[in-house]
Amino acid sequence: MRFKRCIGLVSFLSAFLPLGASAQNGIPEGIQIGLSTDRVSITSDFAGAELTIFGALDNADPLISRQGRYDVVVVLEGPARPVVVRKKTRVLGMWINTQSEVFRDVPASYSMALTRAPQDITDPDGYRRLALGTENIHLQPLDADGDPKTIEEFTAALRDRKEATGLYSTRVGGVRFLSQNLFRATLTLAPNVAVGTHRARAFLFRNGSFLRETSAQLTIRKAGLEQRLFEFAQRHGLIYGILAVLVAIVTGWLGRLIFRKD
Amino acid sequence: MPRVGIYLPIAEMSVNVFVLLAMGGAVGFLSGMFGVGGGFLITPLLIFYNIPPAIAVATGANQVIASSFSGALVHFKRKTLDVKLGTVLLAGGIVGASLGAMAFAYLRRLGQLDLIVSLLYVLFLGVVGGLMLLESVRALRRARSGQTVSLRKPGQHNWIHRLPLKMRFRASKLFVSVIPILVLGAFIGFLASIMGVGGGFIMVPALIYLLKVPTNVVIGTSLFQIIFVAAFTTIIHSTANQTVDVVLAFLLMVGGVAGAQYGARVGQRLRGEQLRALLALLVLAVALRLAFDLFVRPASVYSLSMGGV
Repeated sequence: MRFKRCIGLVSFLSAFLPLGASAQNGIPEGIQIGLSTDRVSITSDFAGAELTIFGALDNADPLISRQGRYDVVVVLEGPARPVVVRKKTRVLGMWINTQSEVFRDVPASYSMALTRAPQDITDPDGYRRLALGTENIHLQPLDADGDPKTIEEFTAALRDRKEATGLYSTRVGGVRFLSQNLFRATLTLAPNVAVGTHRARAFLFRNGSFLRETSAQLTIRKAGLEQRLFEFAQRHGLIYGILAVLVAIVTGWLGRLIFRKD
Repeated sequence: MPRVGIYLPIAEMSVNVFVLLAMGGAVGFLSGMFGVGGGFLITPLLIFYNIPPAIAVATGANQVIASSFSGALVHFKRKTLDVKLGTVLLAGGIVGASLGAMAFAYLRRLGQLDLIVSLLYVLFLGVVGGLMLLESVRALRRARSGQTVSLRKPGQHNWIHRLPLKMRFRASKLFVSVIPILVLGAFIGFLASIMGVGGGFIMVPALIYLLKVPTNVVIGTSLFQIIFVAAFTTIIHSTANQTVDVVLAFLLMVGGVAGAQYGARVGQRLRGEQLRALLALLVLAVALRLAFDLFVRPASVYSLSMGGV
């Protein structure tokens, strides 16, 4: 079961925009996104979610809009964390971790939504310049002087694993224009999405060339009890452990009381 | 099975409540049937369910407290436990568990924790399961040919009884050196904190065959000291590694204490040798399943883990 969640819109700007006054008048196009809330809480029933972000184009050229030549890419990037990539090889018949590479500042998640297939929006060079897309995330090994071939191998493995666990995802058609100016982006939040500050960025393209980007911040945190337990475990490990023991003893004792038969 | 998700705050993942309750219930059923703690089944099952091994181990230790406490209460009431022997075992156990927790943190940093946990499980479950199977098959054969045997053969002494520092344990009718008891306690404490088990499946045969403790006090004494070693392990893991997930542990305990009662009822209808043979097969099955994962090429040879160097 997937829970849909809408993180609503700040798209009112579009309502006030004079549609005619657009790029052909020399005013450049702009892009806006907004989140009605800057916090998403992970509750006890969280099993992944869809995050909806609304946005609007300013000064869009109605002709280009009608021809569908505006494209929008929206990315939600999770907090950067160090990650160890380990590789198993066969030793005495067993699969054992033998090699590892540490990467620093790896985005915990990277969820991308596009209006069309990536190659139809702009060329690979364009994505590379913007560091846009899962294959262009800058992944830096801690030991930069290592064998370039090994680093390349582990970088590819890191991307592959992140994609396999749903943390790096690309959604073609995840951004839809609702009107000439207004768009809606649907991004995937994996069940194991990292808590912390996430950054939402929107990129506007016209006829295959990049125009402008904008960003907003979003904090993902665990809701009430989950958050308190997590923080308590981190800060007061000793008391947490003692309480865990007491819970176990009381449960064992109650189990005896309820089910006793001697 | 209906999908009711619950988010585990420490494991940081969403799991199905019913899967966990069923898992706890099934293990509880078996532990009630065979009179074992069930930690050696819970931890591998959690690992098969994709719970990170570090959390499976620490949470397993927490879960073991509930089932051991529940079981020890019965023995305390019937006075079928040797508190003095349990306390000496415990003294060794605390030292062993502390060393185990250090080894645990070190292996985790090295990225070899999963391997060592799996290897220890395969080794101990394989050996204990194999020995139990042999012994119970022999007992079944003897039962068929009409002989009776007792496990305890008084008067028969081995090298253990020649060690110094002897102490008298009245409830067990024993007069032995504390050295093997402390060593046994430390060894099991070490395993308990690395494997997330109570260690009953090693403790019980060791007490019977090595120390010649009478079978009627063995289980109670083993459970008594497991409560404390598991409690100590839980506290150490939550202090040093923050890997105890109380929500996960609680679900397993609830399933476990309920399942144990039904298991005990079924267990009373089966004969001792049959029970031991069944338990041996079960233990061997878990060992084989873990060995399979070690020897078969994984879906991906790469894995990611959080954290620095």
